[in-house]
Amino acid sequence: MALDRWIALVFVVFCCIYGYLAFFTMDHLLPPFMQRNPVWPSTFPKLLAIGGCIVGLVVLLGLEKPENESEPSASDINYRRLHEYNLGQALLLIGLMVCYALALRPAGFLISTTVFLVAGSFVLGERKWHVMVPVALIAAGSIWYLVQEVLGIFLRPFPYFMGV
Amino acid sequence: MLEGIMIGLSAAFSIQNLLMVIAGCLIGTFIGMLPGLGPMSIIAIMIPVAITLGDPTAALILLAGVYYGAIFGGSTSSILLNAPGVAGTVATSFDGYPMALKGEAGKALTIAAVASFAGGTIGAILLMIFAPMLSTVALLFHSAEYFALMVVGLSAIAAFAGTGQVAKALMMTILGLILATVGEGALFNMPRFTLGLMDLQSGISFITLAMAMFALPEAMFLVLNPARGATGKSSEISNLRFTKDEAKIMAPVIGRQSVQGFFIGVLPGAGATIASFLGYAVERNIAKGEAQAEFGKGSVRGLAAPESANNAACTGSFVPLLTLGIPGSGTTAILLGALIALNVTPGPRLMTDTPEIFWAVIISMFIGNLVLLILNLPLIPYIAKILAVPRNFLIPFILFFTLMGAYIGQNNATELLILVGLGVVATILRFADYPLAPLLIGFILGTMLEDNFARSMQLYRGLDFILERPMTMGLLVLAAVLVLLPSYRARRARRRAEGVADGD
Repeated sequence: MALDRWIALVFVVFCCIYGYLAFFTMDHLLPPFMQRNPVWPSTFPKLLAIGGCIVGLVVLLGLEKPENESEPSASDINYRRLHEYNLGQALLLIGLMVCYALALRPAGFLISTTVFLVAGSFVLGERKWHVMVPVALIAAGSIWYLVQEVLGIFLRPFPYFMGV
Repeated sequence: MLEGIMIGLSAAFSIQNLLMVIAGCLIGTFIGMLPGLGPMSIIAIMIPVAITLGDPTAALILLAGVYYGAIFGGSTSSILLNAPGVAGTVATSFDGYPMALKGEAGKALTIAAVASFAGGTIGAILLMIFAPMLSTVALLFHSAEYFALMVVGLSAIAAFAGTGQVAKALMMTILGLILATVGEGALFNMPRFTLGLMDLQSGISFITLAMAMFALPEAMFLVLNPARGATGKSSEISNLRFTKDEAKIMAPVIGRQSVQGFFIGVLPGAGATIASFLGYAVERNIAKGEAQAEFGKGSVRGLAAPESANNAACTGSFVPLLTLGIPGSGTTAILLGALIALNVTPGPRLMTDTPEIFWAVIISMFIGNLVLLILNLPLIPYIAKILAVPRNFLIPFILFFTLMGAYIGQNNATELLILVGLGVVATILRFADYPLAPLLIGFILGTMLEDNFARSMQLYRGLDFILERPMTMGLLVLAAVLVLLPSYRARRARRRAEGVADGD
């Protein structure tokens, strides 16, 4: 079974769960005066769950035939060649983004951004530290200035124990 | 009307207001270029500045300039990075990015600039003529028609997603609609599908989703397959010109889409986004043979159509705001808030009570479009330098701007985790050839769709509104036809092919 049909299967399951939540868990929370309404908060989700299941099954069962199956070109991304790609780098970068999200508040904007930019280039194979570090520092500093001072959106610059 | 234009000219050509137009366009372009900061967030950020000006005319001119600039800047990042910061420029990336990959980024940016200019100018002329007239048309639409109209929009987007892909596109649309039901609905004030998490109470932010759907998978693909980005980078952005033949191809496209985009923009709820997608789809259907096959691979038509349509629609979305006081889009809603803060109430009386505001804004639209063309065409080679940055530096920066865009909008670190999670899902979906634009459109329209559906259900005590309002019925039938037609056509073609084989 091809990847797109696996996804359709996951989608149908997802719609079933969503439909279960909409059909069986929402309505008893409704205050009595709202039950006289022709439309409930769960009405639209119910319709969506049914529609989603139908469309998902159409894809899953392959009812709609593609007109012309064109061979994917070499430069196009293709999951069947996933092992040839730099999967490790991609996963490391995703991990790095998660770390950044978790560190942004406690470590402050300047430190976490500088580390993120340097580490990101490092993961991609850059080893010119004399370029990487200054670029990251300047970028972090200027963006912080732009966002905080010019646009007026608060970004904590330093780690939490420094009191800002 | 002539008198009004004169008043507008004298107001718009004051030194202060000219400076406002230029400042607004510049700020808008530069911030709009950063993926993730769309016109909505920029205008929201600029509101304190505009209010401190104290003069409603100058404030509105500044904010309108920012709006255009942001749409223009958004198309730049769509073309160069395939990271549209604005939903209205998603369609631009369909053909703009392939062009940049082919090494024609300069040409793509020029075409986008010219198409935007033409779209905006034609839109402003139409606004001058139709602003008083069109308000009556928009008044005929009730929530039932809005609901049906949005269903038509969504089915059209799914139907034009590609041959043999309608079911997949519909699936993505429904997924977008489902994601839009997360959080508190406007009509019910009841948290839904939040899984008990406080962070989901206000729903998923549009910017986060847009980032996750477009910017992150593209960055991931650049990492996974270095050969992918190699072609576009090497070329110098020297060739800004397009040929005479291309101009000939573009001209009718721009003309059609400016007019169509304007009228779509007038309808509340159907703003620049639908205009650009519909414009793209219509041009693709009109195009014949080779020209049609070129769509999605760097077609001149495919780039000019959404660019002129979205700028014309931006102008068009001012019609309901200025004449009815009803904002047609999120952006004009923010503008409405700013105007009310300045003690001006937009509505039918705006034109008679304060004609200088009404006309100065319209005149400043012409000036703003001119400023964008004059400022941005010479700046294009410098803007395009982004592509010359080495990949090892560019990718961390794209990822960083993506994260920042999501963070600034919400000031919430959980949003970043949602972004990464959705980004991984989007990358997998891209691998399986699912179109992601319908998902985003479904998400944007989801709330409005449900609101209008619920309102018409309440007004008609049930589903009767479909039968009692012929316009609603007609629009829904149109939507069904749009969805079913491609598969019917394909089936008929297959039958015919089989029949021929039997005959032999």
